[in-house]
Amino acid sequence: MSFEDYSGIWVFIEVKDGEVVPVSLELLGAGKELADKRGTELAGVLIGENVTHLADYLYEYGADAVYVYDDVIYKNYRTESYMKALLECCQKYKPEVILYGATSTGKDLASAVATDLPTGLTADSTILDIEEDTGLLLASRPAFGGNIMATILCKKYRPQMATVRPKVMKALTPEPGRTGRLIEETASIKEDDIRTKVLEIVQHTTKKVRIDEADIIVAGGKGLGSASGFQLIHDLAETLGGAVGASRDVVEAGWVEHHHQVGQTGVTVTPKIYFAIGISGAIQHIVGMQNSSLIIAINSDPAASIFQSSHYGIVGDAFEIVPLLIEQFKQAFNQEVIDHV
Amino acid sequence: MLHIVACIKQVPDTKIIKMNPKTNTMDRASAPAILNPYDAHAVEEAVRLKKRYGGTVSVLTMGPPPAVKAIKKCIEIGADAGYMISDRAFAGADTLATSYALTKAIEKISKIKPVDLIICGKMTIDGDTGQVGPGIARRLDMPPLTSVNKVKEINVKEGYAVVHRKLEDGYEVIQSTMPCLMSVEKEINEVPYSSMSNMLKAARYQPIIWAVADLEDVDRPQLGLKGSPTIVSKVWAPTKPSGGTMLEGDAAQQSQQLLNILLEKKELFAVKGGSGVEF
Repeated sequence: MSFEDYSGIWVFIEVKDGEVVPVSLELLGAGKELADKRGTELAGVLIGENVTHLADYLYEYGADAVYVYDDVIYKNYRTESYMKALLECCQKYKPEVILYGATSTGKDLASAVATDLPTGLTADSTILDIEEDTGLLLASRPAFGGNIMATILCKKYRPQMATVRPKVMKALTPEPGRTGRLIEETASIKEDDIRTKVLEIVQHTTKKVRIDEADIIVAGGKGLGSASGFQLIHDLAETLGGAVGASRDVVEAGWVEHHHQVGQTGVTVTPKIYFAIGISGAIQHIVGMQNSSLIIAINSDPAASIFQSSHYGIVGDAFEIVPLLIEQFKQAFNQEVIDHV
Repeated sequence: MLHIVACIKQVPDTKIIKMNPKTNTMDRASAPAILNPYDAHAVEEAVRLKKRYGGTVSVLTMGPPPAVKAIKKCIEIGADAGYMISDRAFAGADTLATSYALTKAIEKISKIKPVDLIICGKMTIDGDTGQVGPGIARRLDMPPLTSVNKVKEINVKEGYAVVHRKLEDGYEVIQSTMPCLMSVEKEINEVPYSSMSNMLKAARYQPIIWAVADLEDVDRPQLGLKGSPTIVSKVWAPTKPSGGTMLEGDAAQQSQQLLNILLEKKELFAVKGGSGVEF
């Protein structure tokens, strides 16, 4: 394997319901930095049905080139069809790095591609860097339940691959009218070669904000005492237009469903504001929310370790403070709107 | 009759593990070795499918000799047989080398009894990658079905499975030919307390243990540290947050200060709404 043959930073572009998912744009932002350091090109690999037009959007977010596989066979994500397209693209154009969002699709695809190439794959990276001269990707991630950070290298294989947690990297400000190269490809795969079929896609029909996409999360823990006490969390979330999060104890006690759980065995979140109310702050919870931009903790126990991980802390009774906050927020926000009118 | 292989791992309990702050290495003595919690759900699902459709559940692990304990735990859950591959040559394996070694073991198990279905946990709590399951599937040329949170149907006669695959905002229903590999979510089932008879069986149980020499067609350079493309170059302790500003005063003063903090970020509240009521 001659490393000189490999160049360019690639991002797998995930499309859902006809739109590029946010993490793919975030990775174009992160990939641009790597590409600039290496003096090489940033490209997106776009796979789907009726997706070619999205390339224009990707150029605006930093892609210099877009490889596109547009066919009915890619209507829904399936490991075998997407993997085949990406593998053939890799073998033909030889990138030095491929980044994927650490989503269910991105992780599934990256694992399969890494095995077939074969090459190394770093999971759930939260920090990316690249050595300018050698092109060695430095992908860092939390390990052992968040107890340590580790930098993972792949010295002897190309391309180097990593999945990257959503909401950690920053998308670039789009540059309207920016253009790039479109490379239209077809892969040698037929429907008959694919052993899985998507029979149905069922989306949760909740109007509530999804926790992994929310800018604001209000999370509650055991300190709220009971399922009815936890209603306070729902109330504040609704007032702020945020999503409801929960510690593991609360989910195990059955106060809320598992998909609200934040932490190592739940969802990793990086909202702009994270409220931790009645949450003690065990490491497995902290690893799931520590990258939030602003963390506010309310707990009656002054020694609760959550205060160590918070930007602002309040020692007090959530049942007194939160209702007041809800009331004041409603008033203040209406006031703000009136000011603008 | 189904033959299901569940792949499992013994892991340090990362919930209570202590780190040596000087070396940034794990103090293994501080954490008990347990069956990876996600794998318990994989084994439980295999046992449930066995009850639904008839068949046999084998579990497979790679690890040092004490990992026998994790296999015994699986026997308690209801697995019928346990296999372990254990050899210094496997040490230091990353996900790629691990999936290679486990694949070689599954090929050997298949010769004893053909395998219809492989079930893995979503990920391990020490590696946190979720990459080994799909890796095994690719190596055995089986469809990988990740994020499975329900097995709706298995049709042994016609050789297909229908599963629910969890998505960020719902799930998809997938039909796959068998044999296939599933990695399952924690929510797929609850692992009940083991029966006394299973516990007694587990206490006496001794798994079949293979070294590299017992496996067939092994390309040794693909094993262990040598066969691992990824290496850990540096570990460090995450910067310990030192805590932020404490908001003092009575409840009214505290909530007022909080409100001021939120108002500094008012663009977050303005973007989605307009009316100030419906965000």
